[in-house]
Amino acid sequence: MKKFLAQAYIYLLLVLLYAPLVFIAVFSFTESRVLGNWTGFSTKLYANLFTGDMQGSSSLISAVENTLLIALIAAAFSTLLGTVAAVGIHNLSARKKQAVTFLNNIPMINPDIITGVSLFLLFVFLHISQGYATVVLAHITFCTPYVVLSVLPKLRQMNPNIYEAAVDLGATPGQAMRKVLIPQLRPGMVSGFILAFTMSLDDFAVTFFTRGTIGLDTLSTYIYTDARKGGLTPELRPLMTLIFLIILVLLVVINVRQAKMKKTV
Amino acid sequence: MASSDHIIDLKHVSKRFGDKVVLDDINLYIRKGEFVTLLGPSGCGKTTTLRMISGFLAPDEGEILLDGKDISGIPPYKRPFNTVFQRYALFPHLDVYDNIAFGLKLQKVPEDEISARVRKVLKLVSMTDYEDRDVESLSGGQQQRVAIARALVNRPQILLLDEPLAALDLKMRKDMQIELKEMHRELGITFIYVTHDQEEALTLSDTIVVMNEGKIQQIGTPTDIYNEPVNCFVADFIGESNILKGRMLRDRRVAFIKHEFDCVDEGFGEDVPVDVVVRPEDIYFTTDPAKCQFKATVNSCIFKGVHYEMWVDTDTGYELMIQNYDPYPVGSEVMLYIDPDDIQVMHKERIRNVFEGTMVDENHVEMIGGVFECLPQAGLAAGDHVRVEVRFEKVDLQDHQEDGVVAGEVHFLLYKGDHYHLTILTEDGFHIWVDTNDIWDKGDLVGVNIAPEDLKISRSDEA
Repeated sequence: MKKFLAQAYIYLLLVLLYAPLVFIAVFSFTESRVLGNWTGFSTKLYANLFTGDMQGSSSLISAVENTLLIALIAAAFSTLLGTVAAVGIHNLSARKKQAVTFLNNIPMINPDIITGVSLFLLFVFLHISQGYATVVLAHITFCTPYVVLSVLPKLRQMNPNIYEAAVDLGATPGQAMRKVLIPQLRPGMVSGFILAFTMSLDDFAVTFFTRGTIGLDTLSTYIYTDARKGGLTPELRPLMTLIFLIILVLLVVINVRQAKMKKTV
Repeated sequence: MASSDHIIDLKHVSKRFGDKVVLDDINLYIRKGEFVTLLGPSGCGKTTTLRMISGFLAPDEGEILLDGKDISGIPPYKRPFNTVFQRYALFPHLDVYDNIAFGLKLQKVPEDEISARVRKVLKLVSMTDYEDRDVESLSGGQQQRVAIARALVNRPQILLLDEPLAALDLKMRKDMQIELKEMHRELGITFIYVTHDQEEALTLSDTIVVMNEGKIQQIGTPTDIYNEPVNCFVADFIGESNILKGRMLRDRRVAFIKHEFDCVDEGFGEDVPVDVVVRPEDIYFTTDPAKCQFKATVNSCIFKGVHYEMWVDTDTGYELMIQNYDPYPVGSEVMLYIDPDDIQVMHKERIRNVFEGTMVDENHVEMIGGVFECLPQAGLAAGDHVRVEVRFEKVDLQDHQEDGVVAGEVHFLLYKGDHYHLTILTEDGFHIWVDTNDIWDKGDLVGVNIAPEDLKISRSDEA
């Protein structure tokens, strides 16, 4: 009985956690404009999403494009910056390393809204007109610490002499970086990239404050505006479902990679 | 002038990390084809020396010559040396073949030549047929062989080895020592080997360079270093030894443990204080009263495998270590003698502490980072530079650092038969030498006091 209760508890928790997602996924297969009305099974919303045959579709599609593009650029840059930073941090003395790692962790714990507002104020202060570029910069800013955090453990595991061994065998510092260091850090960099990508996709607060007034929308800001206009566009339901699936796949990939890494170490 | 058979010359090389002097005016040459070992305790500067030769560190002062030419401007990847690192440092993402071929591929050597050379070098390290293995699946010993192969395949002029066997177990280490020695003979190239293991150094080397605290202590063949250590540090570091205070009476006659012995050393002068080293295997037992030089009582006897290790108390109150194939029972009275050949006499490095100081007032002198009380000094005024002498046995050590005028730690200690000779390193980096009967351990934190009457103060010559 005790065991049954314990199990029931965990299942109840899972149901509560996933009910909204399942709810949206189920209702993405019906045409009703109002969420919660089942008007028969249909994949029309999915079709609309891909053919663009719907009301206000152009702005939704462009919001999706913006979201993906920003996430890709931000993830790519933060992977580069974060990896270089991690290498630098790793080579600091123990004391400085601790201090810099601590500084690196603060932006991750810092509420998004604070990051968003402070970046907004910074851009205003510097007279940078806000738009695409500032959103990308802002995303790079909050994504980089995650990359640093996923590359550092790889550096710690690495034999400290490995880079010198490559140089000793005749590799220029650039070759040693390409042929030895990067292959060693790649798993951490890939995890960092995926993490940065999902963080960027997910973001609302920072984007909202740094996108300016040129009417740039990412998915999250689009939904926000859309919902305020009264009622969500029905095509958002299949879109959410798809995004959830993509994120799920990415998360599974990260976890499988980590499990594999642990096995080889 | 560097003679033509020198491959490497280090001239007046110094290196500092921050305030700490790691290498202090190192002068060293290495001959072509030699097996040279840099030997010393951790922190002695041996690895720093190696890293300067390989090019990963640049000297602050002095120069490093290869075949008589300065190589300070040449980056490590262009130097014709290869290194075997302490923890192998193999590339985990490459298999054995690609690890070894790494250097050759960078040089754009044709693929068929690479394959031939890799196979040849694998044979040399007895790892044939391991080409396709993942390096992380290999044992420590096998990984080390691959690391050696990876370095040798580039046909370096010098092979640098940084404690390559330190991570292996004893049996494996012994086997690899023999194989390294054979490889050296077969290849005929210069090996520079770094280790803290004196036995390894004695086994492998043509020449041993003993280092301590950034200075070269002695350079010589293994037998020279073992039989004729130049100072207490070398004698203590290499092998077991009895290090004793002595007095050179005249040429070929030395007194220690309150007995007189014949020896073979000359040129020390008459009635000069010296240090004497006698190896524990060089003290012999005898039953012939005519041969007996001194008597002693056995106070412990331990079986060590090949020999027995005994501690004896001499009739004059000194403790000596003796190694012998036959045991003598504890408590038994034995007769002992030492061959003149086996007595190694060394100049005393110092006979008392000498510090530079400044008078604070007529009753106080400032030196080694503290202010010490002294007897009233006539004729010396505040601010005068002075020279302060303190006898080793007059330095008073306290258990607690705060009880002393200056604080320090026990940095090095030698047992001299009836007392300990300690080197104290103060917090400000000064050395104080102390003779004491109390037992201290290396690393103990101590406070240092000196009684006012034990400070011998004179006006500094330079002032």
